[in-house]
Amino acid sequence: MITKEQLQKLSIQEVLTRYPFVLTYLENNKIKVEGYESLTFHEFRNQFEEHELEEWAMDLSKLEEELIVFISQMLEFLGETENSVDSLTILPGQDKSGNPETFEMLTIRKSEIIAIVGPTGSGKSRLLADIEWTAQHDTPTKRGILINGVTPDKKWRFSSSNKLVAQLSQNMNFVIDLSVGEFIELHAKSRLVEQEEEVVSRIVDAANYLAGEKFDLNTPVTALSGGQSRALMIADTAILSKSPIVLIDEIENAGIDRKKALKLLVGEEKIVLIATHDPTLALMADKRMVIKNGGILKILETSKEEKEVLITLEEMDTKIQALRSSLRAGEVIKNIE
Amino acid sequence: MNLITFSGPPSSGKTSVILKTIQALRQQDLKVGVVKFDCLYTEDDVLYEKAQVPVKKGLSGGLCPDHYFVSNIEEVVEWGVKNTLDVLITESAGLCNRCSPYIKEIKAICVIDNLSGVNTPKKIGPLLKSADIVVITKGDIVSQAEREVFASRISAVNAQAIVMHVNGLTGQGAYELSTLMVEDEKQINTVKGMELRFSMPSALCSYCLGEKRIGDEYQMGNVRKMTM
Repeated sequence: MITKEQLQKLSIQEVLTRYPFVLTYLENNKIKVEGYESLTFHEFRNQFEEHELEEWAMDLSKLEEELIVFISQMLEFLGETENSVDSLTILPGQDKSGNPETFEMLTIRKSEIIAIVGPTGSGKSRLLADIEWTAQHDTPTKRGILINGVTPDKKWRFSSSNKLVAQLSQNMNFVIDLSVGEFIELHAKSRLVEQEEEVVSRIVDAANYLAGEKFDLNTPVTALSGGQSRALMIADTAILSKSPIVLIDEIENAGIDRKKALKLLVGEEKIVLIATHDPTLALMADKRMVIKNGGILKILETSKEEKEVLITLEEMDTKIQALRSSLRAGEVIKNIE
Repeated sequence: MNLITFSGPPSSGKTSVILKTIQALRQQDLKVGVVKFDCLYTEDDVLYEKAQVPVKKGLSGGLCPDHYFVSNIEEVVEWGVKNTLDVLITESAGLCNRCSPYIKEIKAICVIDNLSGVNTPKKIGPLLKSADIVVITKGDIVSQAEREVFASRISAVNAQAIVMHVNGLTGQGAYELSTLMVEDEKQINTVKGMELRFSMPSALCSYCLGEKRIGDEYQMGNVRKMTM
């Protein structure tokens, strides 16, 4: 933390040495301090005439206040230990008609996978919003959310850098026009990662391990295939995103090894929620939540029999993948092995 | 009555976010009305009417839309009071990235979408920088990484704002936004005497007054030249 008095005593150079990330703040606000480094921010601000600031639509009157907020946000973000989430608990509320949900409470631990099933419009978005907002019986479903078994800090609601939930959905695309390497680097910078290069290569390796077809650092992200994009998104979310909970909205069964993808996320100690109607994915989960009319109807544990069905399903999947590879290689299909 | 000013670049999803938020406000038995400001054309008033929301629209035409906004806001507030609204929302597009219709002491919400590109937060002036709440839309179609980069860039230009993601299609996040809109201590009946958060760009040159001809001899008033 830094107080206003402290900030007033430090020169711009001293502030930058102590908090290098302030440079990002200055860059994004187009505040050029070159040549003024020996001044304090207060003295710097007084250099300008009011009409000059108005011209560029800058409001420096709050420069110091804003800097203090920015610095404390960044410091909090960097000190991640206190943000660790070991478990997430959902306390029952009610469905759209006001009927109480019948489960007692659901506690999901780190590295657990929970599937969410139910028709479109049944309330999956609402459930997710409850988790993201850490609902305290104050949303339409009246559900409660506990983090690590206790009522969570309000910071999860309002902090933009410490979001509780990262989301991966089917219709997501990369819209930015950068190469894979530049793209991950950009993300790493915004997360204030120190060993950028190492993280970048770790993510690309992980993504290639998941994807059917390989790509490298120089491939433009917009040129990736559907499977490669999803592989990169999952690897990047697993390794770079700080959000402890990952919600996945279906993973299409093409160009990506879904089992490895889930393993990667779980291996990075994430809580994984996956909305899916794909039997293979749903049965890979430890439990599944059935949603109906806005409420959680029941919570099923994946049974032994179901796990056996999963083995058969995976064998079938492998066969289909093999056929896909043969087709890609230009072979003629004779029969299913 | 609580007055809320919504602003944001064209097509960022303001109307969708407002409509979803109104649904949530109505569940709390609040009466909400909207005044939509635009420049040349809007059909959004039809969308509000369809949702049975009391609505008025104002087209600024040949005037600067934000100047038009300030010149009309008091009458807008009177309309809201007359209609016994609990919440009055004004919606306007920031067309030149320099303007901002925000008023001191009145809650200001900026809506901006992920598709506009990671450098956009840098380019938008007071519209984004002086907002109390920044709502990011279209998060369902870009990658998690882009969402995170975008949100962090917004926090870099406006550290004090609450940054929220709202999905204008499913309404995810709209309920949460609605809870931040009603505040007893911010009830008003008039905005007379209040001040804008930021001055509007000064403009008064011959072209403001309808001049069409090009050339030095036709340029009068507040004229500035580029260094070439």
